[in-house]
Amino acid sequence: MIDRTNQIAGAAAAAPAKSRRRAGIGRRTAIAALLFAAPAFIMYAAFVLVPLAMSVFYSLQRWDGIGKMRFVGLNNYLIVLTDADLLQVIGNAFLLAAWFTLIPVVLGLAVAAAIREHLGGPFGTATRTILFLPQVIPLVAAGIAWSWMFANTGLVNQALRGIGLEALARGWLGDFTFALPAVGIIGAWVLLGLCTMLLVTGITKIDPSLYEAARLDGAGPWDEFIYITLPGLRQELGVCVTVTVIAALASFDIVYIATGGGPGIQTTVPGLEIYRLAFAHRQVGLASALAIFLMVLVLVCVLPIQWLTRVRR
Amino acid sequence: MKLKSVTATGLAALTAAALTGTAMAAPSCGADPVVMNAYFETGFPLPSKLAEEFTRQFPNVTFDIKEDQFANMMENSPRILSEDNAPDLIRLPSMSDLVANELLANLDGYFTEFGWDKFPPSQLIQLRVEEGGRPRGAGSLWAMGLNYSMTGVFYNKELAAKVGMTEPPKTLAELDALLQKAKDAGLVPIMQFNKGTGGLAFPLQDLMGSYGPPEPVNDWIFQKDGATINTEANLKAAEHLENWVKSGYFAADTNAIEYFQMMSRFTGGEGLFMFNGDWESGNLDKNFAGKFGFFLMPPAEAGGRHAAMSAPLTFGIGAKAAHQDCAAFFLNWVATNEQARQINVEVGGSNPGGPADLPIPAVTPGSVTEATLAAGNVVATENGAMDFIANATGAIFAAGWTPELQKLVGGVQTGKGLIEAVQAEYEKELSR
Repeated sequence: MIDRTNQIAGAAAAAPAKSRRRAGIGRRTAIAALLFAAPAFIMYAAFVLVPLAMSVFYSLQRWDGIGKMRFVGLNNYLIVLTDADLLQVIGNAFLLAAWFTLIPVVLGLAVAAAIREHLGGPFGTATRTILFLPQVIPLVAAGIAWSWMFANTGLVNQALRGIGLEALARGWLGDFTFALPAVGIIGAWVLLGLCTMLLVTGITKIDPSLYEAARLDGAGPWDEFIYITLPGLRQELGVCVTVTVIAALASFDIVYIATGGGPGIQTTVPGLEIYRLAFAHRQVGLASALAIFLMVLVLVCVLPIQWLTRVRR
Repeated sequence: MKLKSVTATGLAALTAAALTGTAMAAPSCGADPVVMNAYFETGFPLPSKLAEEFTRQFPNVTFDIKEDQFANMMENSPRILSEDNAPDLIRLPSMSDLVANELLANLDGYFTEFGWDKFPPSQLIQLRVEEGGRPRGAGSLWAMGLNYSMTGVFYNKELAAKVGMTEPPKTLAELDALLQKAKDAGLVPIMQFNKGTGGLAFPLQDLMGSYGPPEPVNDWIFQKDGATINTEANLKAAEHLENWVKSGYFAADTNAIEYFQMMSRFTGGEGLFMFNGDWESGNLDKNFAGKFGFFLMPPAEAGGRHAAMSAPLTFGIGAKAAHQDCAAFFLNWVATNEQARQINVEVGGSNPGGPADLPIPAVTPGSVTEATLAAGNVVATENGAMDFIANATGAIFAAGWTPELQKLVGGVQTGKGLIEAVQAEYEKELSR
C-alpha cells in the first residue's frame, strides 16, 4: 500500500517533469526548425516579399523614380482599369495565351501519344531530344532567329515564294493582322519542348496493362487516348497549362526582341508596358499598379486551372 | 540652388579677376592626371575618337568610357547621374527630367568663361531648359552639342538617273512627281524604317517643315504653354504622308524594317530615297563613295523657306561629377580645336558648330558630307532648324509617334487621326 502510494506519488511527481522535458524538446525543435527555415525565409523575404510590398507601396504613389513621391491612393489602379490602351495591352496577353498554350499542349499530347509505344528505342530518344531543344535556347536568341525567318527576305517568305504564293509574302512582324500570331508561334515553338517532355514522362507512368485491357475490350487508338491517356495525364496537363499561361501573361523577352510591341500596340503585352512605363515614361507608380494587377490576373487564371486538374482523392 | 551657387562662383571669379587686373583663366584639366568618367552611345564612334585625340593633345587626361544603347541610356541615365561617381561626360537622350531632378551641372558659368556667346544662339537654344524641367528652349544652359546634325533626303544616284532626276527637286510637287516616276519604274520610291521606333517621323517632320514655319513645331517640342502639334500646316503634312503611304511610295514591309535593315537595304541599292540624318554622311562617303547624294527637303512653294530637323548631339556634365571643369574644357575644345573639328566632320559627318567665324573643315568635293554641310548652312541662314518631334517628352516617341506612325503604314490610322492621337498623348503625359 505504502509502495503503491509512493509509486503513485512518484508518478505524479514525474509527470510534470516529463511534460516539462517534452515541452523543452518541443521548444528546441521549434527553434531548430525556425533556424533551418531562416536562411530560405530571409532570402524569400528579401527578394520576393519586400519587393512585392514595395511595388504595392509604389503603386499608390505618383513618382518618376528619382524625385519626390506623391500619394495618389488608388488612382493608378483606376488608370489601369480605364485606359483603353492598357486594356488592349491586357487583352493582347490573353490572345497570346491562346497561342502559347493551345499549340504546345495539343501538339505535345499528339507527340506523346504517338511515340508512347516507342519510348525506349532510339526513335523515342531522338524525338524527345529534338523537341526539347528549343527549351535550351535563350528566349532572346529564339526571338532574333525567328525575326529573321519572318523578315521580308526570310525563310517564311522564301518558302511562300517558292511555292508560288508570292502574294501572301509580307513583313510578318510588322503586319497588323499577323504580328501577334507570329509572336504566338515563336512562343509555341519555345514551349512545345517543355510540354512534350512533361507529357511523355507522364505517359510512362500509366500502367500498360490498362491499354492491353482496353484493346482486349476492343478499344481503338482514339478510345485509348480519350479514356486512358488523357485522364492519366491530368496532373501533367495542369502543369503544362499553368506554365504556358504564365509564360504568355508575363511574357516580355520574345515580344521585346521580335516586335518591340508593334505595329501600333498590336503585340504590346503587360510585361513590356510595365517596363516602358517605369523606364521610358518614368511613371513608376502606374507601372507598379499594372504589375500588381498582372500578378492578380495570373493568380486568377492559374488557380482555377490548378483546381480543375488536381487529383481528386 | 545649383544655379545660384554656380552664378555666385562665376561672379566671385569675375570680381577677383577685375580686382587683380589680370585676365581670368578659363577652367581647364590642369596638369595632374585625370581619368574622365564617360558614358557614350554604342554604335557611334565620334565621341571616342575625339577622346583619343584629346588624350593625345593632353596626355594627363585619359577616358574611362562606358557605352550603352540609346534606349538603355534613356532608361539608365537618371540613376547613373544620381550615383556618387556620376559621369563627367554623358550622352543625354533627353534633358527635362534630369534638369528637374537637379542631376546635371549648370553650364551658365562656363558659357561666360569660355565665351560661348560667340556661338550662334540658335545652336544652343535646344540645350536650354528653365528650372523645373520645362519649358525647354529658354533658361539656363545644361548641355552642349558635340556636333549639330540634320535630316534631309538621301538619294541613290544610279536610280535617280533612271527616273530622270538631274537635280534635286525644288518643290514638294517636284518630289511627288519623282516618287511617282520611281513607283512606275518598279522601284521602291522610299526606303524607310518604321519597326521598333517610328522612322516615318523623319519624312513627317520634313513635310511639316515644307508646309509651315518651324517655330510652332519647336514651341510644341519645348512644351511651351498652349502649344499644339495639331496645326493646319502639320495636318497637311500628315495627310501628305498618308497619301505617300496610300500611293505605295514606301516598301510594303516598312513596319517590319528596323533602322539598320533600312541602311543595309538602301545602301544595297533598294530604294530611290531615304529620309535620314547627316550622321550617315561619313559612313556613305567612306563605304559607298560617289553612289549617294543628299538634298534638303524642298518647301511646298518654290522659293519658300527650308526647314529641317536639326539637333545637337547632346552631351552634359553630371551635377555630382568629379571633373566638371575638365569636362567643360573638353566640350569647348571639341567646338573650337582645329583637329577636333576635322575629326568631327570626317567621322560624324555633321556640322561641328562652335563660333560662327570658325571655318568649316574641308571635305572631299562632291561627297555626301559636302552636301550635308552645305545644307546645314542653308538651314542656319534661313533659321529653319527644328528639334526632333520625338524629343517633346520622355515617352512621346515610344507611346505616341511610333505606334501611330505604324498604324498609318498599316492603313488603320489617318493623317488627321495621327496628329490628334499624338496631341492627346502629349497632353496626357504632361498632365500625369
